[in-house]
Formats: sequence, structure tokens, C-alpha cells
Amino acid sequence: MDILKIATAGSVDDGKSTLIGRLLYETNSLKKDQIEHIQSRSKLRGFDYLDFSLATDGLLTEREQGITIDVSNIFFSTPKRRFIIADSPGHIEYTRNMVTGASTSAATIILIDARKGVIEQTKRHYYITQLLKIKKVVFAINKMDLVSFNENRFNEIQEELNVLIKSNEHTDVDYHFVPISALLGDFVVENSKNMEWYKGKPLLAILEQLPNKTRSGVETVFQVQYVIRPKTHAYHDYRGFAGKLKSGNIKLGDAVQVYPSKKTSYIKRIEKYGNEVSSLNAGENGTLLLTDELDISRGASIVGVNTYLNISKNLEAKICWMQNEELETGKKYWIQQGVQRVLAKVQKVHNKIDLDSFIPQNTSQLSLNDIGEFSIVTAEPLVSKSYKTNQELGAFILIDQLTNNTAGVGFIK
Amino acid sequence: MTVLQQLEEEAIYILREVAGQFNKPALLFSGGKDSIVLTHLAKKAFSPDKIPFPLVHIDTGHNFPETIELRDQLTKELGAQLIVKYVQDDIDAGSAREETGRYASRNVLQTTTLLNAIENEKFDACIGGARRDEEKARAKERIFSVRDDFGQWNEKSQRPELFDMLNGKIHNGENVRVFPISNWTELDVWNYIRQENLTIPSIYFSHKRQVFNRDGQLIPVSDFVAIDKNDTIEKINVRFRTVGDMTCTAAVISDAFRLDDVIDEISGSLISERGARIDDQRSEGAMEERKKVGYF
Repeated sequence: MDILKIATAGSVDDGKSTLIGRLLYETNSLKKDQIEHIQSRSKLRGFDYLDFSLATDGLLTEREQGITIDVSNIFFSTPKRRFIIADSPGHIEYTRNMVTGASTSAATIILIDARKGVIEQTKRHYYITQLLKIKKVVFAINKMDLVSFNENRFNEIQEELNVLIKSNEHTDVDYHFVPISALLGDFVVENSKNMEWYKGKPLLAILEQLPNKTRSGVETVFQVQYVIRPKTHAYHDYRGFAGKLKSGNIKLGDAVQVYPSKKTSYIKRIEKYGNEVSSLNAGENGTLLLTDELDISRGASIVGVNTYLNISKNLEAKICWMQNEELETGKKYWIQQGVQRVLAKVQKVHNKIDLDSFIPQNTSQLSLNDIGEFSIVTAEPLVSKSYKTNQELGAFILIDQLTNNTAGVGFIK
Repeated sequence: MTVLQQLEEEAIYILREVAGQFNKPALLFSGGKDSIVLTHLAKKAFSPDKIPFPLVHIDTGHNFPETIELRDQLTKELGAQLIVKYVQDDIDAGSAREETGRYASRNVLQTTTLLNAIENEKFDACIGGARRDEEKARAKERIFSVRDDFGQWNEKSQRPELFDMLNGKIHNGENVRVFPISNWTELDVWNYIRQENLTIPSIYFSHKRQVFNRDGQLIPVSDFVAIDKNDTIEKINVRFRTVGDMTCTAAVISDAFRLDDVIDEISGSLISERGARIDDQRSEGAMEERKKVGYF
């Protein structure tokens, strides 16, 4: 059994919360008291159906307005798989929420209202899956009940989506299309008598079979989070570098190089939570001990020798801007790549991507929810790769120096 | 990797980020199963060193005695520093006022004591065992959740959390609540307790206890709860699914005497875990209202 993380995207009223509520209900993930709560609240509001969006809309303000305003992480499971759904709201001003939800997800469900078809928001959501290199995209054509479960309407929308997909360069993405009614349950978990023309699987069956996220990079890079130095007699000379192997693999005796010092050494011992192990795989935590006494602190990278990496202070990247104060040439931010954080200065904002046509437009600043390209120079060299070849080493965040807020997320070119 | 291994890896990564990013973190320890799991994860994360931050217990004075016993034993074993802050002290000092009436509980008062502890001890990060599956407002909680000078949670201006990058940069006076087991479910916690062979308070297992039924909830009889003459007290086999303050934690009828029984029971349970928390039943947004003012 594994955990599949999924992001959802859709416009306001596309029925995302209803879909998630339906998935929870039909997989028996809602408990008796939660179902009773939904029943009584639905009745109180005068609905003649169960309002499953009540299962997920967690905040008071959301229930007052009947909308979802922040990313919610929802769990459910089937005998085959565990799921965590990041429910990202669909408002145009909340692009940052979808990027956030998608950054940890292996797959994305894009909801489309069958009455409206592909709209500007759909293109935006699609672009974000491309920006983040999400490999599994499921288009759920919802509210089929409101278009009389019409096959032609579904085909029309699928055609529109194919045009959108063909306009893009990426070919290694799996696309799925499924007609559903989240409100009534057609093709969410069960098959549907209303749409016997659809020969594919229901949404849940598709999700159960999607391959999970794999680490894209092969480069051996271990980032140090914390130096363990017990001040006890038994461990007097112990210096363990605790951290995560971002990608690649590392084993006892391997020759390594340390950044930023560029000193070389060998792996003397590898520990996992106090126990000795012989190797670490990509994504695993561990504690490394080296044969030489080197100056290594938090944020340092221990990399395999002969690993081809970009060690540079100059970065070219795509960026999604996430705060109200604009991103501008000359501004300084903290840049955080993994756990390393250094100062950085924006050299030039090159352009802003028009999310309707995907065409870059010249600009010198980026506002909240804009996506564009820029150059940035860092105070210390970063150990990186392009996001395309290694997602673990190719992403970073910018932190505003005044507010300390996470201001944007970048993808190294 | 199994699901439990994945969750353990994620939690330990987060705990190491706390130690790496903050000056004075603390682990909030209630003596409940979630905080016991957190403590165990922290022990693993920094082995062979001791846990590099103190365990802090906000003591309402209405504890299950079994919990306190285990708390003291565990901190001794780990050689960890334990800091206890008493709600009673804040009541005596006049900074908190005892609730009165039939539903009186010190659960809400814990917030005052917690905020005072954060301010006085200058904690800049507090690690808690909250999970996203517990309650709807908690499903929106970040891993690093920034609180302002007044301990308030502003759900509309939460920092986005991207990939595994955690931003713990804060201004003086602010603090961060950290939730390493956000992505665990109740069943994961139990399975992990079994896998790691952890000791938990005996009240999680079935035992005979005096309880009375109030509004469909089985309240344990104690000196801390007001009992009406209409309340019928009975002695039956019960256990607790969460360990809060004795006044706001309801029991469930259970014959789960051993860990395996408990896991079987939870796997088939029809009522959600927080369904037995009286403090959440007060209103639809009860948890959110408390979180906004600094509750965990």
C-alpha cells in the first residue's frame, strides 16, 4: 500500500468540494457522526440532497459564503491505496493555492463544468500542472446530469482539451478524461446507468491505478539539516550530519565532496535513527559521519564525486508570485532551496506568461498569482539542477525580508 | 517504503527542521498517545543525542492520574527536560477565570497558560501532535503554522508550503506551531505504537469505570465535573480514545483490553475520534474559534 497525493483544481462552483465529499462518503471514509452532521445541515438549509461539500469546507467563513478559501488536506483510503487530496480553491486570485497543493502531488484532477467546457481557468490550471511537471492529469467533466448525460457534449469538451494539450511541448504526461456527476455519484466510484456510452473506468478506479510519483534526478546530493554533537563522554568525538538524501544514492565508503567548502572526504558511517545502515536511497533521512573533520553546518550539501551539478550564484528561473507586494528588479529576498537559505537579489524580470495564450509578455514586475521568468543572483553558490531534470534540486522559494512570508516559488531553467 | 515508514520519514525531517531553524523550540506534551508518538519520533531524530528541546506540559489540574505517571516515567527514561505549567497558577493570578455551570471545563483556559508559557519561556516554536484527519479546521493547518504576537492563527493569510521547504522565519515575539504528524490518521498512530512497542496510559484500554450519560456522551465521574441529581452513574467497561482534560473527554463503551483489540475497534469504528470530544460539540466552528485565539 502507498499514499497517493492528489491536487484538485476547478473554478468556483465546479463542484470540487462536492466531489471530494462524495469520494469520502462512498469509500466509507466519513464516520457516522460526520454523515449525521451533513444530513442535518443539508436539511436545515432546505436541500433535497446531501450537501457533501459540508464534509470538507472547514472554515466558518467558508460555510458562511458557501465557498472554499484555503487548501485543505483530506484523507481517504480504499483497500488498494491511501489518498491525500489537496483541495485547492478555484478563484482566479488563488492560483498560489493550486501551485501549493500541486507541489507535493503526484497527480492532479482538473474539474470542468460540462455546461461551460474549457474556460480561462481551465487553461490556467492546466498550465500549472505543466509548470510543476505533474505527470498524471485527470480531467473530470462534472455536472453531466445538467447536460442530460450527453455523449456529444463530453466529446466536444474532450476535443477542446486535446487542442489545449497539443499546444504544449510535453509528451510524457498521462491524460485521463472521465464524465461524472459528483452530486449524483455517476462514475465517481460506481459505474453509471446514465452514461453507458462511456467505456472507461470511474474516477476512483483511475486514481487507484495511477503510478505514484518517482524521483526524477539521479544526482547524489545529501543536504544537511542539523549537526548532531552529543555532549556526552561516550560520544565525545561524534559529529553526525543529519539530513535528507535529495536524490541519487549513497553508501558506506563513497567518496564525497562538500559544498560550499569544496573539501572532499569519505563516508565513514551511515546511521538511521541511531542504527548503522550500509546505504541510503533517494528521499531517505539519515545521519552521515565522514572520515575527515570538515567544517559542515546546516544547509551544506554532501555530494557524490563526479556528480554533474550546477554550482552557481546565477540562476534563471520561472517563478509563480504569491504575495501582494510585487516582485521587482533590484529587490532582495531570502532564497531557500531545500533547507539552504541565503540572500539573493533579483537581477531582471524578463516576462510574464499570459495564461490564456501561454505567450510571454514583456514586463518588469510580477504581481500576486503571476507566473513569469526572471534572473536572480545569490550571495552564496547554490548546488542545483534544472527543475526539468531534477525536481528535488530545481525548486526554491523566495522569502520576503520584511514580512518573512513565502513570497514565491521558483523553478530553475 | 511502507505507509508508516513514509510518515515516519516525513515527521523526522520536520523535527530536524525545527531544531535547525529555531532558537528555542518546545514539544507540547499532553501525555496522550499523539504526544507520546511525537516524543518517540524526536528521540529517533536526534539519536544518539538527547532531544534538544524541552517537553512542556500544560497542566489543567484535571488530569487522568495514569497520564501524569507515564509522563514522569517517560521523561526520566529519555533524560529529557520537562517543564510543567499549571492552569491553576493563571487562575490564581487572575489571568484566567474558571468556567462555571454544568459544562464547566478548563479546556479553553489551557490557551492562556500556553500563551503565557510561550511568552515567559520565549519559545519560538511549539511542536504539537495535531493531525489533519481530526477535524475540518485542522485539515487547513500548515506544517509550520505562524502565530502572531497574540498567539492568533489567521487562516486567511497562511504561508504557502511548497514541496518539502519549510519557512520558519519569524519576527521577534511571533512563534510557530509545528505539526510533524499532520498527515497521520488515528489508525496510523495506533499502528506505529504497536510497531515501535510504545507504552501509553492505561486509560486507552478497556477498564471498569464510573461514568454517566450526558447528552449522549459518557462522562467519567471525577471531582472536577458537576453531577446533577438526574444523572445516572453506572460502572461499565470503557476506554478513552483521546486523553484531554477529565471534564471534556468522554469515554466509549469498549472491551478492547489489548492493543490489537483497540486497533481492530478503531478500524471498524463508526464514530470519528473527536466525536467524543465535548469541547468540539459546542458549535459547528468550535475548533476554529479556539484555534484563532491560540488553542492548539
